[in-house]
Amino acid sequence: MTIDSASASASRLTFVHNVKAQLAIHHLRAGEGRPLLLLHGLAERTPPAVPAYLADWPGPVVGLDFTGHGRSTIPAGGGYTSEVLMADVDAALAEIGPATVLGRGLGAYIALLIAGARPDLVRGSILADGPGLVGGGIRPSSPQVVPLDPHQVSPPDPFALSELSRDVRPPDYAVEFVRMALQGSGLDQPIAVASVVRPEWLAGVVGEFGVVELSLAKAIVLYASIE
Amino acid sequence: MTDSADETVTYPGARRPDRTRWVSSSGLQLAVYEWGPEDGAPIFMAHGGFDFAGTFDVFAPMLADAGYRCVSWDARGHGDSEHPVLYNWGADMRDALVVLDTVSTDPVAFLGHSKGGGVMLELADACPHRVSHLINLDGLPSKHNWPDVSDRERTRMVQGEVQGWLDHRRTAGEKQRRPGTIDELAERRGRMNPRLELDWLRYLVTIGARHDDDGWRWKIDPVLRPGGFGPWRPEWSMHRVPGIGAPFLGVLGLELEVMGWGTEPDDVIPYLPSGARFVPLEDVGHFVHIEQPRLVADLVLEFLA
Repeated sequence: MTIDSASASASRLTFVHNVKAQLAIHHLRAGEGRPLLLLHGLAERTPPAVPAYLADWPGPVVGLDFTGHGRSTIPAGGGYTSEVLMADVDAALAEIGPATVLGRGLGAYIALLIAGARPDLVRGSILADGPGLVGGGIRPSSPQVVPLDPHQVSPPDPFALSELSRDVRPPDYAVEFVRMALQGSGLDQPIAVASVVRPEWLAGVVGEFGVVELSLAKAIVLYASIE
Repeated sequence: MTDSADETVTYPGARRPDRTRWVSSSGLQLAVYEWGPEDGAPIFMAHGGFDFAGTFDVFAPMLADAGYRCVSWDARGHGDSEHPVLYNWGADMRDALVVLDTVSTDPVAFLGHSKGGGVMLELADACPHRVSHLINLDGLPSKHNWPDVSDRERTRMVQGEVQGWLDHRRTAGEKQRRPGTIDELAERRGRMNPRLELDWLRYLVTIGARHDDDGWRWKIDPVLRPGGFGPWRPEWSMHRVPGIGAPFLGVLGLELEVMGWGTEPDDVIPYLPSGARFVPLEDVGHFVHIEQPRLVADLVLEFLA
């Protein structure tokens, strides 16, 4: 991914809490209007500057570091779920207000969940390729129990990598969040799928009413144009 | 008005553990308890959700008095164990394995009640080389079907559940459990444990709650709450049962109640591994080892013998 060097200046950093986890919000670009909230992929962090593909977004651009990533809390002993990362995003939305959400990889799945969970606060979710898009498949695999080194303190948290890469994502569960977004948002197309890769959960989502398949650039234009 | 901090409540047959210690699970402190002789054959015991190891205070001594070393621990966020930032099933499994590593590297008997039964089932599946016998006490979830509602209504119900959970998390960081007297906390717990005696619930307050200046509070992490949502399907646990190679004992309470799974014998029987023993109990609820400790302890002792 290329970074727009023109906007590569240091961003403002604020923090919110998801219960005991302190979460970093990077205010990558100030501006008027509805912000775009950028959700990184598994093991990534918010980029240091506004990515080039967001150059045409007319409003502020904000990035959230999920729990265990970037500048956010690394908890002891793991316990990650996609649902708790959805609550990370909810904490960010409580701070910044209604936003369009763009998620990469793992962040795409979380962008779908929060679109359904908070349809009054999410004005369009864009699901893009990135690390962690596939997850752990549609049902559990053979169980494994792997204690990890508790002395690892630099992000990303190895528990996050282990647990969120095995996170089970049944298509009908994902579809339920599409329906919640459609019922609650008032948008005809609250979900835009911009990814090339379509794991099973995402293939299930694509066939639903309220989901549009667009390039990343066109999806950004679509949601920039709505109230 | 509150009871004093040093007030003790006794219950017939209840006995606190003979030994307590701490174990670190990747930096998270877990409280571990043992009843019975240190050189006894271990029984590795997991409590259910919203319980704590002290709920074995009548049942475990019955096994200990037969010569077994009963080892249990407070699950993360429960009892005296540390309240973590995050919770999930895999973390509970890791915590269990870390405690087991302090007990024995040889195969031992696993026993679990309710959610603890599910954790022990999956641990036995993941680590068959560590389990000698598997005992499941009302911990086999049946497939839960939504009531007969339209798709649109179902979506609305799920959304209410999800938003309620998020709303709870927005304020849970500042919350404490509500204080009260021993009787008030016992009465509150009785709503989730309606078949258990008030005297037992009063006893549980004095070991599972702490006394603050304004009264008693359950120690469990305020962020935890019953119910929930997620991608997990109960049949995924049941599908692990047929492959269990260790001798298997399943005990099922047939009286439906709020904390139980609502599992019927016909939900379980098709999945039982070859040679398994399965004991449905009439007129017994979800907490089989608390309602009928002598009966269930004798079943376990006979099974292990």
